[in-house]
Amino acid sequence: MGHHSPTSLDQALDILGRGGVSVLAGGTDWFPARGDLPVREDILDITRLPGFRGITRQDGGWRIGAATRWADIVRADLPAAFDGLKAAAREVGSVQIQNTGTVAGNLCNASPAADGVPPLLTLDARLELVSRAGVRVLPLEDFILGVRKTALKPDELVSAVTLPDAPVGARGHFLKLGARKYLVISIAMVAGLIALREGRIVSARIAVGSCSPVARRLPGLEAALIGCSLAEALGGIGPDHLVGLAPISDVRANAEYRLEAVAEACRRIIQAAFGGM
Amino acid sequence: MDNPATTTLTAFRLNGEIVELAAPAGERLSHSLRERLGARDVKIGCNAGDCGACTVLVDGAPVCACLMGSHQAQGAEVETLSGLIRADPLARALADSFQAHQAAQCGFCTPGMMVAAVALLRETRHPNVAQVTDALGGVLCRCTGYRKIIDAVVSVGTTPAPVSGAVGSPIRRLDGLEKVEGRDRFGDDVAPDGALVMRIIRSPHPRARFAFGDLEGFVARHPGIEAVLTAADIPGKNAFGVIPGFIDQPVFAEDEARFRGEAVAAVIGTAEAMTAFDPTDFPVAWQPLDPVQTVAEATAGGAPQLHAGRAANIMCGGQVQCGDADAALRRADVVVEGAFSSGFVEHAYLEPEAGFAEMQNGRVVVYACTQAPVMDQDSLIEILAMDRSRIRIVPTSVGGGFGSKIDVSIQPFLALAALKTGRAVRITYTRTESMQSTTKRHPSQIAATIGATRDGRLCGMRFHGDFNTGAYASWGPTVANRVPVHASGPYRIADYRATSRAVYTHCPPAGAFRGFGVPQSAIAQESLFDDLAEKLGLDPLEFRLINALENGAPTVCGQVFEQGVGIRACLTALRPAWEKARADCAAFNAQGGAMRRGVGIAAGWYGCGNTSLPNPSTIKAGLRADGGLVLHQGAMDIGQGANTVITQIFAQAFGVPVDQVMRLGGDTDITPDAGKTSASRQTFVSGNAARLSGAALRRAVLQMTNAPEDARITLGGGEVVVSEGDKAHKVDLSRLPVDAEGYVLRAEETYDPPTKPLNADGQGVPYAQFGYAAHLVVVEVDTALGHVRPLQFTAAHDVGRAINPLLVEGQVQGGIAQGLGMALMEEFLPGRTENLHDYLIPTIGDIPPIETLIVEEADAHGPYGAKGLGEHVLIPTAPAILNAIKHATGVRIRDVPATPSRVRAALKEAGYA
Repeated sequence: MGHHSPTSLDQALDILGRGGVSVLAGGTDWFPARGDLPVREDILDITRLPGFRGITRQDGGWRIGAATRWADIVRADLPAAFDGLKAAAREVGSVQIQNTGTVAGNLCNASPAADGVPPLLTLDARLELVSRAGVRVLPLEDFILGVRKTALKPDELVSAVTLPDAPVGARGHFLKLGARKYLVISIAMVAGLIALREGRIVSARIAVGSCSPVARRLPGLEAALIGCSLAEALGGIGPDHLVGLAPISDVRANAEYRLEAVAEACRRIIQAAFGGM
Repeated sequence: MDNPATTTLTAFRLNGEIVELAAPAGERLSHSLRERLGARDVKIGCNAGDCGACTVLVDGAPVCACLMGSHQAQGAEVETLSGLIRADPLARALADSFQAHQAAQCGFCTPGMMVAAVALLRETRHPNVAQVTDALGGVLCRCTGYRKIIDAVVSVGTTPAPVSGAVGSPIRRLDGLEKVEGRDRFGDDVAPDGALVMRIIRSPHPRARFAFGDLEGFVARHPGIEAVLTAADIPGKNAFGVIPGFIDQPVFAEDEARFRGEAVAAVIGTAEAMTAFDPTDFPVAWQPLDPVQTVAEATAGGAPQLHAGRAANIMCGGQVQCGDADAALRRADVVVEGAFSSGFVEHAYLEPEAGFAEMQNGRVVVYACTQAPVMDQDSLIEILAMDRSRIRIVPTSVGGGFGSKIDVSIQPFLALAALKTGRAVRITYTRTESMQSTTKRHPSQIAATIGATRDGRLCGMRFHGDFNTGAYASWGPTVANRVPVHASGPYRIADYRATSRAVYTHCPPAGAFRGFGVPQSAIAQESLFDDLAEKLGLDPLEFRLINALENGAPTVCGQVFEQGVGIRACLTALRPAWEKARADCAAFNAQGGAMRRGVGIAAGWYGCGNTSLPNPSTIKAGLRADGGLVLHQGAMDIGQGANTVITQIFAQAFGVPVDQVMRLGGDTDITPDAGKTSASRQTFVSGNAARLSGAALRRAVLQMTNAPEDARITLGGGEVVVSEGDKAHKVDLSRLPVDAEGYVLRAEETYDPPTKPLNADGQGVPYAQFGYAAHLVVVEVDTALGHVRPLQFTAAHDVGRAINPLLVEGQVQGGIAQGLGMALMEEFLPGRTENLHDYLIPTIGDIPPIETLIVEEADAHGPYGAKGLGEHVLIPTAPAILNAIKHATGVRIRDVPATPSRVRAALKEAGYA
């Protein structure tokens, strides 16, 4: 046992293949989860693997290396469709967390309140998973299975998040509701990717976090928004559109509040899309 | 893990120098920096990335060193505050600005704040406020209220001119430089290399019987584990507490644990062994029992009794009664009533309890963060069954206390461990055990009825408060006692009856927290005052002015102050801000929309020092033959500034500039008892002792030359010169005998505030002085989301005389931040919010600008007229916020914290869409 920080994927997969290995990237979830309990297994640090960090253009889309930090997202020169992801990146914990915490780590941690998930859902993110058996690709929806549960197999590593190009003219938005300004776990959050033409919505993707075991898109609402003007869109959000959300009541808020707040956050996202915020 | 061969070598640059370390896999960078590389300027507040105190720069970027594996730093450039101070002029300029603005109070978050700020300044030389808050949003501070930190960062390089140091001048903290340079030593910074490490085994249940397995076998099976401590190891009484008759908390529970987090045993071993130790391996079997965790449960028939002789779990009660409240309420033209509640509030100082102990020549010496070194000694005398002479307490710097570090926490464990092992033993609480096991603010359930006549005069008040005091007494009796005395607020109420009860439950002990129950009672009283004003059609400020206490008018305890009552002056000081804010809010709200603004005010008062009990402080000083002037300052500075204030007062009384005073202490071997740092008593009580000591020593010097009272004393160059007019006499100190401490002249003076006992109706003279306060706040309520955002505070405080106006502002801003937290976001739920990401305290982005209006209604008892201040500050804050929410929305929130969920529910009930 010990700390391994391989610089080739081969080495990394070898170490992983031995079993009893804990994968470490930014550490911002790994260490708090560990608490004060002793470390009794090997650690595989994936942050030095080639191609694991950075944002690149790749066949009609984008590739975000698994160990790309949230601060890298904040600083990257990206199209307006990424504005929501960038806004979420700025709200991942604090500057300190953003400087080490990674995009794939946020997904692998599979918290219902992961800030990165809703905007990545609106960007139709897919995960690239590597193992000795090769590479497989899973949509983000199929990767996070439940609270702290993913489809990652023991011999796999997430190597990247890939994103197709967004619809023409689409701009990303993100709204996180919390009880304080910084360092806050969200009560609820909404990400939107919305394109307008001549004052009407021509494309809409909306995703909600912290209101179900796994953050999810709202396909009913997305469909209903197509063709809407601002007034129609704001007036048209109803309980039917929130089907599938199953918020819990906890110390941060009760379920009823969460549902209402999501509807209001959706309205504000739409207002923002129309330039109103 | 038990195999040291698993450590791996790592090399990186630390503050410019290449360092190499061998650490086990998974060791946090923060731990390696502190324990292997000596970088004790890196502070650990939570070990979870929630507080940012451990912020360091890795390749120039601020990161939490507690969230990074040491091996991940391989090849990187790591910078900590002390290295930045050495190498980067920007960091030194920032340190100077921090000092000039008193941006450091306790100083525990300061390294994290400054490191994060240096990273910002390197990118943006002249940042604006928003850039500063974005950059520092990841570092929590519990003392300052952040505004001085913002001021310090935005104005780096524009340091104000230095000031004299006389009483009334805003000098820098005298102990500030070590804080801003990362040299200050807190509880976890002082243990010698090789000290054994201790961890506490705690109950995972609110109530459980338990039995140990084979403890000797456990020690034998774990190499490196040296000893286990349980109740069986206690030579004296297995009990501590703070109030005679209420000494009921065991050091280690026996047979049954009464709250989640209660200690049952301690494990002591080498640092290596304790890193590998998994508390779940400890041989103890738990049998959970049904707990009672609320006042209703604990007082219900058939409830399990926590302590013998406390029927229905009622620990004690309090009462103050004057006139005939019922009759007055019957004749009142207008009556309002309401029920209010609040939850546990956690102190959340950034420094978890820490320290070490060792045996020195047969004595137990405990080094620890504390607010009350002599009370620590008092407890250990009983627990260890040892004489006072064999117990020494050496307080470290204290990274915030706010009341909780008055009680012992780690001290008995450390002393017992040193006795048992004969070696130096250290302990540092994890954030979670600090939150689980130390005292909290009492949850309250308050019902009050208040009447007034048509002319706006108060006419009768009835008040009852139930306080959940948790499993043990701590300062619960004080809360039960203080609340009825203060529940009237600083007003003239002739007919009054206030009662209180403190009730035992299976919760963590509730104890002292800035205000001792008065912030809770003020929420009820000040909210109902607004309701009364509304019913009467009176302006809330004018209504308070009509009823404000005056010189010569009796308080509800029948105490008459002939001077020094400053509440009218505080309220009057708010009038310009009040009028402007009312107009601004009306204009804003006229635009319509989901955002509504409102302005609220509330007042408060607080009696300084113990309630009707002796409360002396002693301060000692000496003059050496070489003219060195030494102050033995035992009034614990927990960030509030006692080191500076007491020295300023002493220097003024003696008659020299403050920088000529050498300060020693605290240390029970060298500083006489200056009492506990609590009840806003240090400036008042210890300040008076310092004034008396300074004056006595001055008289002794002047007598040497028969000089008159107003002669000038000059120290310097090994000489003492007394001059009057143009005549100067050199005082020959060399002829005087030198005492054991090296002094040729000395003074040791005690001050005890004049109070008188309260009778059964609470009538008497509880305090020699009160301080007074009134706050105004403008809030914006997002009515669609229930989110409340304070936009601006104006705080008027009657401090009698501001010994150091900057320290006054620091107390005001810090207290408001805590009051804001209590009002809007903080609630400690045992088992659920035991960390700093589920338990939310305000961040730098949550505290709006705060204007402090210093009112100086001099007090005849105070040193140079000064009054206490610490607790006063957060008393009006929460009710002012609740009154502002009411003004903005028409909705009265009676239960705090007013979280978005709770506010939105109330708005909906009131018909908001």
